[in-house]
Amino acid sequence: MCGIAGFTGPSAMPAEDRATLDRMIRTLHHRGPDGFGFHVDAGVGLAHARLAIIDLETGDQPIHDERRAVWTVFNGEIFNYLELRASLEKLGHRFYTKSDTEVIVHLYDRYGDDFLAHLNGQFAIALWDGERRRLLLARDRAGIRPLFHTRANGRVWFASEIKALLSVLPQCASLDPQGLVETLTYWSPMEPNTAFRGVESLPPGHLLAIEHDGRESMTRYWDWTFPAVAEKTVAFDSEASAVHALRDLLIDAVRLQLRADVPVGAYLSGGLDSSGIVALIRGFTDTPVRTFSIAFEDAEFDESEQQAAMVRHLQTDHTTLRCTRRDIGEAFPALIAHTEVPLVRTAPAPLMLLSRRVRESGFRVVLTGEGADEVFGGYDLFKEAKVRRFWARQPGSRLRPKLLGRLYGYLDQSPVGNPAFAQAFFGQGMQHIDRPIFAHVPRWTTSQRALTFLSPELRASVSPWDPLTYYERQVPAESAGWSPLARDQYVEAKSLMAGYLLPSQGDRVAMANSIEGRFPYLDHRLIEFANRLPPQWKIRGLTEKHILRRALAGLLPQEIVERTKQPYRAPDSRSFFFDGEPLDFVADLFSAERIRSAGYFDAAASGRLFDKCRAGRATGFADNQAFVGILSTMLLDEHFVRQRGRAAQQNPIVHSGVSHAV
Amino acid sequence: MPFDATQVEAKVRGYILENLLFTSDGSELANDASLLERSIIDSTGVLEIVLFLEEEFGVKINESDMVPENFDSVNNIVRFVLRLKAAQ
Repeated sequence: MCGIAGFTGPSAMPAEDRATLDRMIRTLHHRGPDGFGFHVDAGVGLAHARLAIIDLETGDQPIHDERRAVWTVFNGEIFNYLELRASLEKLGHRFYTKSDTEVIVHLYDRYGDDFLAHLNGQFAIALWDGERRRLLLARDRAGIRPLFHTRANGRVWFASEIKALLSVLPQCASLDPQGLVETLTYWSPMEPNTAFRGVESLPPGHLLAIEHDGRESMTRYWDWTFPAVAEKTVAFDSEASAVHALRDLLIDAVRLQLRADVPVGAYLSGGLDSSGIVALIRGFTDTPVRTFSIAFEDAEFDESEQQAAMVRHLQTDHTTLRCTRRDIGEAFPALIAHTEVPLVRTAPAPLMLLSRRVRESGFRVVLTGEGADEVFGGYDLFKEAKVRRFWARQPGSRLRPKLLGRLYGYLDQSPVGNPAFAQAFFGQGMQHIDRPIFAHVPRWTTSQRALTFLSPELRASVSPWDPLTYYERQVPAESAGWSPLARDQYVEAKSLMAGYLLPSQGDRVAMANSIEGRFPYLDHRLIEFANRLPPQWKIRGLTEKHILRRALAGLLPQEIVERTKQPYRAPDSRSFFFDGEPLDFVADLFSAERIRSAGYFDAAASGRLFDKCRAGRATGFADNQAFVGILSTMLLDEHFVRQRGRAAQQNPIVHSGVSHAV
Repeated sequence: MPFDATQVEAKVRGYILENLLFTSDGSELANDASLLERSIIDSTGVLEIVLFLEEEFGVKINESDMVPENFDSVNNIVRFVLRLKAAQ
């Protein structure tokens, strides 16, 4: 795990290029505290910040091939590197390290741009082909590791985090209104957009090639895909045989992801997914398991009872981090400096505090249960859509919408707490029933209430857009033939998972403390396997993740296997007010003067929301998301726009874009 | 103190504008506009309005009265409150 940065295009003096790389990579020190590495040649600069996990002795990057013609820096892990290496050696390739990185350059030598198809891992790769003078940028299939790029001064620049780009390209340090509007709707900008003007994210499963003459080509080498309903091909003899195959695959995914030359820990949420991972480690490997979890003072969010049951059952050495509302509020500014995008929930904050505890305990790697809900249909959103579709077939039915009452039981302020209103609320958007975004309309409608707080100026700077049609541009046309659940899963995997959970609640909050998260459920073989399953094996009736429960049965206590999913959440606006008083930075950023001078939001409306939250009267999702969205946008502005502007005034050389020795 | 429709309407409008629409611009809220269709209230939003009506007008609202017909516009809320007051 690491951070990478660099560029391709016309070279300056080598010393100057080296200094530029140095400035970029230093901003990623938290991703790789174990040393920096560089490769500078005509037309290219590569930099690497290392977090040593595999091959501690000789794994320093950049890594090159036998001819020293192909060079790579990469962030992440290639889990199947031992198998790849063995087969490459049989073909005559010779290796000079024991690292997983080295297989990348050899695979490229042999297979060209198709090298990605061989990798099982989580990665962001920059690869320089010195003979053809071309740079490749690639990202893993699910979007676990980040990679950003931009064009400036005749060059293409890339980095694991945007702050590395801003360190040498101060002109990028302004927030993009379109990215902001998308975040307040979908919870993240839509790929390839980011919160910053002119900075793009390389979408998951994509390869970007920049040729010697500057031509660029982008290819998607992998995507979530599902069988057409009309195909009627049965991929499995029986559910029992699928359960058996799934368990074997889970065991193999966990076995591969335990590969490391340092001790590996695991997160335990108390739910099925993370408990399953820990049980698989206990049951099928000889790796000692050290587990970590978060406990909340507020019973609505707390799962420590279930966590304790799992710890007893699995006999793990366990650490619980007790997280208070104040901890969340106080950590929030540091969190936003890491996420580099506004957030509409505070839930990433406790995970950032937890990764610090993991680091303090001497661990560098944790396995988590992330991804199971997307792969096996675990979210309430999927069940909600199923009920709404069922209801739509008999719109006059009084019984069918009552099924909605069986969802969201864990919420204090449930959107189904009042049946008549639940029906009115979820009955909206029924006209979209045949569209791929049908399941997401209620969520996005609630989130979009935050847009009422935008300033007239910002609103005017965004071209008119329809969030539903806009999102559908991302959805492949053949999805029309997939099952409704498959369509819902596709949109969920691209929007919430790749846009919010994996970066803001995954990579960034772990890397903030130099911790590498690993996600066995997102092994692409598991995704491909699960996508072939009939939808009713994923959600049976209203029981989510049915087949995963069967595959894990016998490894876990029955009450964990049968437990209904409780999504991980944390207190939102209440984390910023204590006895009616806001935390200092919150009062400052919500002052009418600051809101006005930043220009994103309407000061009067924001002030009214602030007062409502301060009085403890903000109980619904819409108000809380708007509040957290405004606060995090203002923090982003403070950290990346305002402070940078002040620094540029005080020291123009630092931000002139011209390198100087550090 | 007797309640008339104008007073109730002014208070309800003031509350919704300030706390749910976060504005003081009365033109943002037509008395017959559907609050649900405009996404101004959902099933959590309605609890806020119930709390406000109970405190402001001293009425008691039963679970069975918490239906969209009673809450879906300013006019509907005003009628609902007047009916509750008349029954007291």
